[in-house]
Amino acid sequence: MNPLRPLGRALLGFLDATGRLAVFALTSTSHCIRPPFYPHLIVRQMIDIGYYSLPVVGLTTLFSGMVLALQSFTGFARFSAEGAVATVVVLSMTRELGPVLAGLMVAGRVGAAIAAEIGTMRVTEQIDALTTLATNPFKYLIAPRLIAGTLMLPVLVLIGDIIGVFGGYIVSIYKLGFNPATYIKSTWQFLEFEDVFSGLVKAAVFGFIVTLMGCYNGFNSRGGAQGVGAATTNAVVSASILILTFNYIITELFFGT
Amino acid sequence: MSTPKIRLRNVHKRFGNKVVLDGLNLDIERGESVVVIGGSGVGKSVTIKCILGLLTPDEGEIEIDGKSVLGMSSAEREAVNRQIGMLFQGGALFDSLNVWENVAFGLIQGEGRDRQAAKEIAMEKLAAVGLGSEVGELSPAELSGGMQKRVGLARAIATEPEIIFFDEPTTGLDPIMGDVINDLIVKCVQELGATTLSITHDIASARKISNRIAMLYKGEIIWAGPTATIDQSGNPFVDQFIHGQAEGPIKMELRRL
Repeated sequence: MNPLRPLGRALLGFLDATGRLAVFALTSTSHCIRPPFYPHLIVRQMIDIGYYSLPVVGLTTLFSGMVLALQSFTGFARFSAEGAVATVVVLSMTRELGPVLAGLMVAGRVGAAIAAEIGTMRVTEQIDALTTLATNPFKYLIAPRLIAGTLMLPVLVLIGDIIGVFGGYIVSIYKLGFNPATYIKSTWQFLEFEDVFSGLVKAAVFGFIVTLMGCYNGFNSRGGAQGVGAATTNAVVSASILILTFNYIITELFFGT
Repeated sequence: MSTPKIRLRNVHKRFGNKVVLDGLNLDIERGESVVVIGGSGVGKSVTIKCILGLLTPDEGEIEIDGKSVLGMSSAEREAVNRQIGMLFQGGALFDSLNVWENVAFGLIQGEGRDRQAAKEIAMEKLAAVGLGSEVGELSPAELSGGMQKRVGLARAIATEPEIIFFDEPTTGLDPIMGDVINDLIVKCVQELGATTLSITHDIASARKISNRIAMLYKGEIIWAGPTATIDQSGNPFVDQFIHGQAEGPIKMELRRL
């Protein structure tokens, strides 16, 4: 038995999967930008993905902002740099935690739901039925979700940024005894447009990744309830890993020297 | 001799190294009702999926109205699918839509008719399959299996297609409901003058809804003839199948496709 064979097979399998995903992503994207569009489906998905994710994203970012203020305060107190808490909170929230946490939470909430819904449609032949009714499933099922995810995640992240900074503010003022005016002033002092903008770009990419992985895994699910379950798991896991990978790549592109 | 409505020539399809269709030839004349019988896993569903364009054969030719449907652009393919209706085995009703929206789907999405006109046609079609207008507002999940089949039939005939496919129309129904569906199929097909291709392993149903029967075994049509002559086919495979005998030339495949 050739010891290199399993290695080669794993590599080929990986390339195969990557190629399939790339073709799927390109096909889906091309259907997002070509008519006909289904505006009412896009709006419905925007409500599902955006509006209904607000509580989850809001709570996550609120507590992250709070813990960030607490941690950086106790940490920075060791070298008397407590004044930097506001800056640390706002930069961490806008550049990193806002988009990544929102992306991961939405991957769990929306990515799983998309994979389960489309996967069930696949195994009950509803996707085949769409085709026989002269409706392209890419246009009817996938494009609205991709468009809604890519557009709504930046909105969610912007709201999450504000809530997170507010969480840091609450802890700093009511627990750590900061002066409110000074805290708000130092929040704004070092914040630059690029900090928020890079976070929103990340959010758009993460929104695309989450909905794409949900659609891809659901669309290719096989074999009944178990297949749908596997598709759901894969959608969340692969979206989470891709989010963290692209988080690094985008950060490198924006701020790498 | 006129061109057949559907013509399959030497169609091959394999999945991995499992050969499913191995040189399938079948002509279906205009206005004819053909039933393909055969055991589980002999490629009946694959045949229909190839004609519908859901699968692409590896080799061979498929023509509808004398025009090859392989290698068509997606717009041409959609135009062909617009004249095809299909009743799926499990109904494949869209569970995000209510019953009348399901029936009207091909009219609204495929043909672009306005909702009010489409709803009226949908209600007519529901009445044609023996369902009252109050059913139209229900969700598909609230219906029994037999009712779902009826709605699926109404959806398949809603756009008054020239070709209708029936995938195991009576499977999973009690004998009475099965016969009701058979009667409805015969009635609807006569009214539309449609060409139909059904696949089933229910011999009683096959006798009732067809004027020609073809037997599929190991990816090939091994016998085809008028329904009335099936008892005198002289083919041991056909005899074993229609009499449901465990002993005979057909050996059951263990693994599904």
